[in-house]
Amino acid sequence: MSKVGYEGQVYEVLDDESVLQCLHRNRVAIPSSCGSGICQSCLMRVTEGKVPESSQKGLKKSLKKRGYFLACICRPEGDLEVALAGDEIVHRIAVRVVDKHKMNDQILRLRLECLESFEHKAGQFINLHRSDGLSRSYSIADSLPDNILELHVEYLSGGKMSTWIHNELQVVDLLEIDGPHGDCYYSANDQKQNLLLIGTGSGLAPLVGILHDALSQGHQGNIHLFHGVLDFSRLYMVDELSQLADTHDNVFYTRCISGDVVPDGCYAGFANSAALEQYSSLAGWRLFLCGHPDMVKDTRKKAFLAGASLQEIYSDPFEFSR
Amino acid sequence: MSNASLFEKLGGEAAVDAAVDIFYRKVLGDDRISHWFEGIDMDKQAVKQKAFLTYAFGGPNNYTGMDMRKGHAHLVEKGLGDKDFDAVVELLGATLKELGVTDDLISEVAATAEATRNDVLGR
Repeated sequence: MSKVGYEGQVYEVLDDESVLQCLHRNRVAIPSSCGSGICQSCLMRVTEGKVPESSQKGLKKSLKKRGYFLACICRPEGDLEVALAGDEIVHRIAVRVVDKHKMNDQILRLRLECLESFEHKAGQFINLHRSDGLSRSYSIADSLPDNILELHVEYLSGGKMSTWIHNELQVVDLLEIDGPHGDCYYSANDQKQNLLLIGTGSGLAPLVGILHDALSQGHQGNIHLFHGVLDFSRLYMVDELSQLADTHDNVFYTRCISGDVVPDGCYAGFANSAALEQYSSLAGWRLFLCGHPDMVKDTRKKAFLAGASLQEIYSDPFEFSR
Repeated sequence: MSNASLFEKLGGEAAVDAAVDIFYRKVLGDDRISHWFEGIDMDKQAVKQKAFLTYAFGGPNNYTGMDMRKGHAHLVEKGLGDKDFDAVVELLGATLKELGVTDDLISEVAATAEATRNDVLGR
């Protein structure tokens, strides 16, 4: 008989009983509705042990990978420790600033060394905590060797954290992070799938990480990155990205300028317009949308109407807090 | 014919999964009704569409007329009416047709959907 641990208690699962039925029988309140693995109300996460694959049907691939499952259709084949989705205990990790580099007037590249091991994927985000309690979310732009994370910090006028990072934070300073959060990252389950990456401003950060991950894992489908900014001076990583496009047959890079002055070689207009103009049918594509929340929302809908499956649209809207 | 057998004839949950994207895309892309969906959270809405299709297909559900009333009351206030409901039923039929479902099964689904009309429209 399998046992299920939840919030410090251990419950025995009867024959043919689901995790949900077991918890309910023991008067543990878990949200649920259809009881047949369809509505996803009873989404939980396994923190120890392995759940049957059948209990993860219909979930996004990245959620599956992180151990999310549906309690109502989970008949455990071994002992489990489970938590409600989103109920994970927040553990903070100390990080040290090892590099601070200006990419342009607005954007600073920050490299942080994690002082303990930190499992994550480029494209996910972390919360960065200053010692006085101020915290903001940043995407992981790259995972470098030696436990080093790269973030792109955009200067936001009046933004407490970004102003402080740009002006005062020093190399060797210590900070704390928690995470990683979010499901906006590359997973290599279909290497022939075409990937569309659309980002605005420092929304380029997670996309660069996803692009690097895809290439290092030998992705074979096309990968087209559209980076949108207001004016030319706000573009960054142009040389590196152009070079990636030059050296890989399946990588394409389009710079998009929404302001009035548009140099040769750049698309005049918004990044999402450029992408949707070029690809009118997105059936079978996987999309990653990062940056301004309005852009993300709008593109999501348009991409869905252009044939992309909602399950294949991953996004990381940047909510700007000052 | 019982609801369960309708659900099985249609192909069960796999059929719902196949239908939900097509159906929701038709709904969002239809000028007659797309304005009702401005600014909504697409993921949450897709879950609701799936629940509705599961119900209409005669699958396992915990449909309550009360939920449908509450869920649409704010739209009824703004004028949601029979024409909108008719459009949704029409798109549901077109979705099933696209998936190769036979006309007699489509009528059954439409009848199940039809039974929610008064709840949705708060009557």
